[in-house]
Amino acid sequence: MKQNELIPQSNIWKVISASSVGTLIEWYDFFIFGSLSTIIASKFFPSANPTAALLSTLATFAAGFIVRPFGALVFGRLGDLIGRKYTFLLTLVLMGGSTFLIGCVPSYATIGAWAPFLVLILRLLQGLALGGEYGGAATYVAEHAPANRRGFYTSWIQTTATLGLLLSLVVILSIRRLVGVEEFTKGDGWRYPFLLSILLVGVSIVIRLKMHESPLFAKLKSEGKVSKNPLKESFGNKANFKMVLLALFGITMGQGVIWYTGQFYAQSFILTKCNVEYEQANTIILISLVLATPFFIIFGSLSDKIGRKNIMLVGMLLGVLFYRPLFDKIYTTCAPAHKTEVVAERQFSEKRALVKGSTTDSLITYDTTKVYSDGSHYKITKKVTIMGVVGVTAPPAEIKKEMIISTTDYWTLVFLVGTMLLFVTMVYGPVAAFLVELFPTKIRYTSMSLPYHIGNGIFGGLVPFVATLITTVKGTDHLSGLWYPIGVAALSLVIGVLYVSNKTTTED
Amino acid sequence: MNSLKKMLGVVWFLLGPAIIYLLVHSAIANIDLNGKSDINKPIPWLIIILVFTPIAIGLMIFGYYALKGEYDKLPEE
Repeated sequence: MKQNELIPQSNIWKVISASSVGTLIEWYDFFIFGSLSTIIASKFFPSANPTAALLSTLATFAAGFIVRPFGALVFGRLGDLIGRKYTFLLTLVLMGGSTFLIGCVPSYATIGAWAPFLVLILRLLQGLALGGEYGGAATYVAEHAPANRRGFYTSWIQTTATLGLLLSLVVILSIRRLVGVEEFTKGDGWRYPFLLSILLVGVSIVIRLKMHESPLFAKLKSEGKVSKNPLKESFGNKANFKMVLLALFGITMGQGVIWYTGQFYAQSFILTKCNVEYEQANTIILISLVLATPFFIIFGSLSDKIGRKNIMLVGMLLGVLFYRPLFDKIYTTCAPAHKTEVVAERQFSEKRALVKGSTTDSLITYDTTKVYSDGSHYKITKKVTIMGVVGVTAPPAEIKKEMIISTTDYWTLVFLVGTMLLFVTMVYGPVAAFLVELFPTKIRYTSMSLPYHIGNGIFGGLVPFVATLITTVKGTDHLSGLWYPIGVAALSLVIGVLYVSNKTTTED
Repeated sequence: MNSLKKMLGVVWFLLGPAIIYLLVHSAIANIDLNGKSDINKPIPWLIIILVFTPIAIGLMIFGYYALKGEYDKLPEE
């Protein structure tokens, strides 16, 4: 039976909106933790405490690398056993509850070691929920969509990861402005984006509760053909397992690194390597995301006509070829060395004060602001501690650099990041339809979730770690970290070109 | 094309153990209890090696299947 015989077309938009809103909120929940990680670390994981530092490392690495794929297995299995609707309702409750509770946990200063422990547990639950959500939403939409329009309809689900990041940035920047930077970073202002989640999730749960089970799954269930053991049938059956491996190595591995590099590494690169001011950096990403988002739909729709493989592999190829030149252009656009300073406008100030809580140690703050001919401002703040007691070693000087770029440079960066996001939309727009079509209905949720989360969570999530690792090698520069996503995408590209067929449709 | 797929199967098969070797070697070279960066801490390495071992085995199986001609004709084609 074909889906278009089952579903009135007017209902498909209800299905898409119910699924997309929930998935968007899950991404929002997952991303606000990442975006606020520096503040969260200062509140819950003080680096001076070894246990808290260890828990911080676990929260960063275990949530993405272990728990997400584990969530894919747990909820994928459940989704193939009891149905898509109730499973992705459960992941939504789990995600929303964990996010809200992170906003409620008292800080390390209040309850000590319980604070990082509780935040770690809640972060792991977030990872678990995310692992289960995506496959459910993609499967649910695909099983309602007509076979010849799956790419178009599932691409709405694909926009949610980007829109979730966009929403998280908008909420964070708005609340930061509303309560003030001081209250946001040092007070409780950072908690509001987490607390807000409960409202968003509440609305989404109400919408999802009104939806019906996927028609294809409902049919399987009525015929008694539901899988008895989805894990065994997905990974113990050679015919299916080889498709899981093909999906992972031929597509999702490369898609994951292209996605992560364009969407997240670019943001971190602009902030930390180019030292662009916080709000400028984030609004650059924000505008680029808004401009790029429609292309998820365009490429998803195009994949219905010319095939999923072609579009995704071209996206990978463009990333392989252009990531280094694009990142290099971003770097040179912001680098002070490539600008002409107006020396007469240079400002310098020096401020001396006692170190907080000390009667003998002094803190000297040197502020230098350089102005460039294109209108950019570069502020360097150096804080030096002078110990009052002889023989006591002073902590190393703190240096903070901040570049406020000119309007022209700002829009150049929007264009460059937007171009990278275009590659992201090419690899990510058609991927849900591709994965759904690779596997039969009865084990679809389980089979597609695992390669997706290994590709995005593990291969994608490793980008910052491996990038740092590469820069430890002698002779490397600020762009060397890109060899990891380029290498992985190139490998996936070769496997994809050789082994993946351009359009695979599984009719049930 | 099918013979190229089979030949490259050997490469994918060998790439699995090579990745594990590279990871273990990098871990030994970078773990430094006095270091402050994530790459100096043992926990991230432990997690990464733990999750990458089954992935590397998966790549070996993929290579083996390719070598055996399992991907010469996909069921959907």
